[in-house]
Amino acid sequence: MKFKKLNLVLILLITILVFFALYLGMKKQNLYTTDHIVNKKMPNLISTELFTGEETNLSELVAQEKFTILNIWASWCAPCRSEHKHLITLSSNNNSKIVGLNYKDKIENAKSFISELGNPYDHILLDKKGFISIDLGAYGVPETYVIDNTNNKIIKKYLGPIDEFILEEIINILNS
Amino acid sequence: MINQLGYYSLVFCVLFSLFIITNSTRAIISKNSKFDGIYYNLVFLQLFLVVFSFICLIFNFIVSDFSNVTVYNNSHTSKPLFYKISGVWGNHEGSLLLWLLVLILFLFLFILNSKKSENNYKLLTIVFQEVIILGFLLFIIFTSNPFEYLFPTPTEGLGLNPILQDPALAIHPPILYLGYVGTSLVFSSSLAATVNKSINSDWAKHIKKWIFASWIFLTLGIMLGSIWAYYELGWGGFWFWDPVENVSLMPWLCLTALLHSVLVLEKRNSLKNWTVILSIATFALSMSGTFLVRSGILNSIHTFANDPSRGLFILIFLFILILLAIIIYFSFEIKNTNPSNNFFWLSKETAVLINNWFMMYFLSVVLIGTLYPIFLEVISNEKISVGAPFYHKLMVPFLIPFFIFMSIGPRLKWIKDKFTKINYYQILILILSLVISYLIVEYSGVKYLFSTILISTSIFLFYSSASDLVKKNIQFPQKISHFAFSLLIISILINGIYSKEINSNMKVGDNLTFMNKKIEFKSINFEKQDNYNLLRGNFEITEEGKIPINFQPEIRIYDQPVISTSEADIKTNLLNDNFIVFSLLKEGEVFNVRYQQKPFMIWIWISLIMLAFGGSLALIKK
Repeated sequence: MKFKKLNLVLILLITILVFFALYLGMKKQNLYTTDHIVNKKMPNLISTELFTGEETNLSELVAQEKFTILNIWASWCAPCRSEHKHLITLSSNNNSKIVGLNYKDKIENAKSFISELGNPYDHILLDKKGFISIDLGAYGVPETYVIDNTNNKIIKKYLGPIDEFILEEIINILNS
Repeated sequence: MINQLGYYSLVFCVLFSLFIITNSTRAIISKNSKFDGIYYNLVFLQLFLVVFSFICLIFNFIVSDFSNVTVYNNSHTSKPLFYKISGVWGNHEGSLLLWLLVLILFLFLFILNSKKSENNYKLLTIVFQEVIILGFLLFIIFTSNPFEYLFPTPTEGLGLNPILQDPALAIHPPILYLGYVGTSLVFSSSLAATVNKSINSDWAKHIKKWIFASWIFLTLGIMLGSIWAYYELGWGGFWFWDPVENVSLMPWLCLTALLHSVLVLEKRNSLKNWTVILSIATFALSMSGTFLVRSGILNSIHTFANDPSRGLFILIFLFILILLAIIIYFSFEIKNTNPSNNFFWLSKETAVLINNWFMMYFLSVVLIGTLYPIFLEVISNEKISVGAPFYHKLMVPFLIPFFIFMSIGPRLKWIKDKFTKINYYQILILILSLVISYLIVEYSGVKYLFSTILISTSIFLFYSSASDLVKKNIQFPQKISHFAFSLLIISILINGIYSKEINSNMKVGDNLTFMNKKIEFKSINFEKQDNYNLLRGNFEITEEGKIPINFQPEIRIYDQPVISTSEADIKTNLLNDNFIVFSLLKEGEVFNVRYQQKPFMIWIWISLIMLAFGGSLALIKK
């Protein structure tokens, strides 16, 4: 009989615990918010380079320039093609380095994408499993971040492809 | 007008529920367990009201009455009639109404089918089932009214997600609900039998039908969902361990365990407590499935409702039911009339118990994989997603002993079997299957000792269940289902090992070589259809010494809402599924093309249908 009571108490406890866990889980805004990263410190980003295959740390690559533009892209992503010409325009700006983060892509496809459309990037890092993009709070591809290197802060992020207006805005930031 | 009719018939339904609950509770307490035609009539009327309300909603969808919010959000005038109707349950509100309809329908069928049962037990079942019905009615009326009114009336609706315009998906939800809701009746009835102290062979015999029926529908429902994912999503897979898929797999595993344990209860009047626990657990899992899907706690294509009040309502309701079940289970002790509850180690009872242990293990793996991310997020704010590797790592090793036990189990006799002299023939088969699987693994290039063992045990199981087909002392439905299961396992394994794919960006005129096949992207056509525009690609695959095959995958661009989907062109034969799917990269120029070769796909579907067919044989058998 004692055993049975113990069982009952245990099961009830577990039930109540699960209830509260689910309740709290539900209360949490489950929508994957991506804005919280703006005005925050840029997370440390280490990954493999596309062409050299070397492990590289992003902060070491871009130390000299004032700004970094981080662009998440993939060869299978149609809007990435449309924004590519704007990235090439941006690459002529001297105040920044453009770093591409190649998202869940095949290396050959990524390389042929670059050779077909031109390479605006100073460096291309691989995000094969998409974990880095999750750390960055990305929604999808393409996505573009403007990072201030003096204090290592993300000052702006753009969802979706860059168009003429965004291009102008970025150039204004870079020249400010 | 139609809107109001539909709504008020639901409100009337609440009154009926309350009346039935109070009336039958009074009858139970006063021990005046008279069971007259009144319950039969009341439930029939209730059923009539809900069917009426459902027809109202269907009518609204057919005539595209956009003054109804549900219709406005989910339909469009240009949609084909078939999908207008399937749109009724393709959304949160309508699907709940369907759920309610099935709940009441099952109760009605239960009353029709249990004329011989004890009155007290019947009344108790009605009370429990009506409590569930009442809960769902209130849920619909207060949080998800399908007859919400919209003014001014819009002229056009927002359309149904084109991914959902698929015949398999049109019938997937109703079939799955039949399975889910069937478990509610098993739940009510097992609680009723616990209170009534009538958990015995007779009850097992009576409830077995309902267990089988739910199991069949659940199996078919899961299969349809999987078929839809395979053909429509075009990812080349049929199971993704998506939380929502898991949510339907969990009750299935539990129900499969129950299906076996109830047989022991029927034949040996034993495993009483366990059977009741499984009945409660199955229903709790079905309900939590609804909760997880509807509360928006999971992110997936299935989550249509993101209203927190809805989630809260189901969560509270779910836990009230679970607490009720726990209290009833603990306060009405189930006495084991069978003095020795220990089974002889070599007997069918033990085999069933082993089956149950495995089912429980698989269930806990899926449960942990599904719930852990939610708990982790609550505790540490960390977001993780649990994918296939987790499930494979934890489940696959246990499949080996599971297959071996499953090969032996069905042949054992009840109570006590003799350990006959070693069957050399069987050992020979075991060695043979080892050799075959070694060859398979060697040939496929996957060089793992582990796969060899896994495949050989599954071949062994396949052989055993196939040779059981001609044995006389095993029941026919069981033979069919077990054979189907072993076929399913082999197909899945071979499919997993031999699947090949290539993924590349191509323009019209490009060529691609893949495993001595040449894939040529010949041309592309543009066509206009009723509610979408269509891009049809022409691909030709040539293999040396064979006739070239043409593939015509499509890209559809729907009008309302503007969404483009890729339709794979799948060529099926007995050994292989070949398919090409392509998607838009930049308008008119470059396409992403994926070619896949998936062996034994058709056998997965065939074996699943056979599995359910075996179940239906058991259902109609006296």
